[in-house]
Amino acid sequence: MSTFNLVESPLEPKHAVYDAIVEAGDYWIHPIRKGQVFRILDLEGNQAVDTLFYNLHDPEERYSAADTVRAQGALYLTAGTRLMSSEGNVMLTLTADTCGRHDTLGGACSCESNTVRYALDKRPMHACRDSFLLALAHWDGEGSTGPMTKRDITSNINFFMNVPVTPEGGLSFADGVSAPGKYVEMRAEMDVLCLISNCPQLNNPCNAYNPTPIRVLIWEQN
Amino acid sequence: MAQNLNPIPPDRFLWEEKLPGGCHWSGILRRGHALRLTDLAGRANVSALFYNAEEKLERYNMADTLKAQHTAHLTAGHALYSDMGHVLCSIIQDTCGWHDTVCGTSNAAMVRAKYGESSYQTHSNAMYRNGRDGLLIELGKWGLSKRDVVPNVNFFSKVVADDAGVLYFVETDARAGAYLDLRFEMNVLVVLSAAPHPLDPRPDYAPGDVMLTAWKAGAPEPDDLCRNHCPENQRGFYQTEILYR
Repeated sequence: MSTFNLVESPLEPKHAVYDAIVEAGDYWIHPIRKGQVFRILDLEGNQAVDTLFYNLHDPEERYSAADTVRAQGALYLTAGTRLMSSEGNVMLTLTADTCGRHDTLGGACSCESNTVRYALDKRPMHACRDSFLLALAHWDGEGSTGPMTKRDITSNINFFMNVPVTPEGGLSFADGVSAPGKYVEMRAEMDVLCLISNCPQLNNPCNAYNPTPIRVLIWEQN
Repeated sequence: MAQNLNPIPPDRFLWEEKLPGGCHWSGILRRGHALRLTDLAGRANVSALFYNAEEKLERYNMADTLKAQHTAHLTAGHALYSDMGHVLCSIIQDTCGWHDTVCGTSNAAMVRAKYGESSYQTHSNAMYRNGRDGLLIELGKWGLSKRDVVPNVNFFSKVVADDAGVLYFVETDARAGAYLDLRFEMNVLVVLSAAPHPLDPRPDYAPGDVMLTAWKAGAPEPDDLCRNHCPENQRGFYQTEILYR
């Protein structure tokens, strides 16, 4: 395995303008303004944080996993990665990362994919795409994005999740590389809406079989 | 490489149409039908999206496809999954061995920066086309739009990753006649662009022509290669078949 490029942040939580806990299996939907710095903290370790971003004023422009991978010519996200939109614009830049590797190929778990991946009777288990749909069902746009639906749920980022791809083209869900207190931090380069599902998956090691809370913080630009 | 290993039986032939390099296409392929994509000159890339023709909110899902089959590339034996746990289509034959589904498409700014200006005004139908706009044009014909664009497949393109995740485009010249057969397990809207792959390092704009050949393949048998590729696919094929009972 290659060496990770770990970058710490000088920002202190006491100066944050927003500071909240997102319980395991909950969603979080919140605007982040251009210039603000956003941190996701893995409180107890190995927690997958399924994350989508939209242009706050035009949600047809949204995070694009394929454009992000293509633009940096590499699969994994870490400090320095620019999160690209479907229109080829930089939405956020990863400015600090004490975990070292984040996934954007693995997508979000769903009831339907759980039936394929694990067993037909797994359909009732709680899943990220249900959390995304519930979040959007209650999101009225608040004069910004307007209403959003399943059409707006596209390929996401899995912060803290480790999905290594081999040179032979294999893919696996490996044990996490995160740990309690690890975080990833990013600066918004445009006004965005962030949609998170704090993953409830119990069928694979993406959450170490134990989904746990995360902490989300926002700072104003220094 | 030996090509055309399995000619399509004349009594099963449905139609044939050439998709010129750079151009775009869309149409419906029904359950039991198959589509052969043939790289005529050895330098094709076909960006593809797939939608349930009856419920277009159900569409190809790159992540679910890769996760179910523990793969980061596509070839014979693989199923292409929707976001609803169904198999839209499956790759029943493939002379290539690797098709990319993580790099997305080119867009207008990339094509301009890489190959230069080439508009309709100056170059007529030889203008440089890009993958995203080609897909958007075809999506528009079916009432779909930017909100419906998801990570696509890039047939005929091979992109490998090293241990650090750095991507390398593998040139696949000199395999004119390479092909793959997609068998449709549902009634599917197929949207294609034959614009160059976004990571193709070759400096000239010269996307290859593709032949599309549709034929009747029939529904998958119990011993089908794709159905039995893995236990996940057995469940996926079951959940797809019950839609048509």
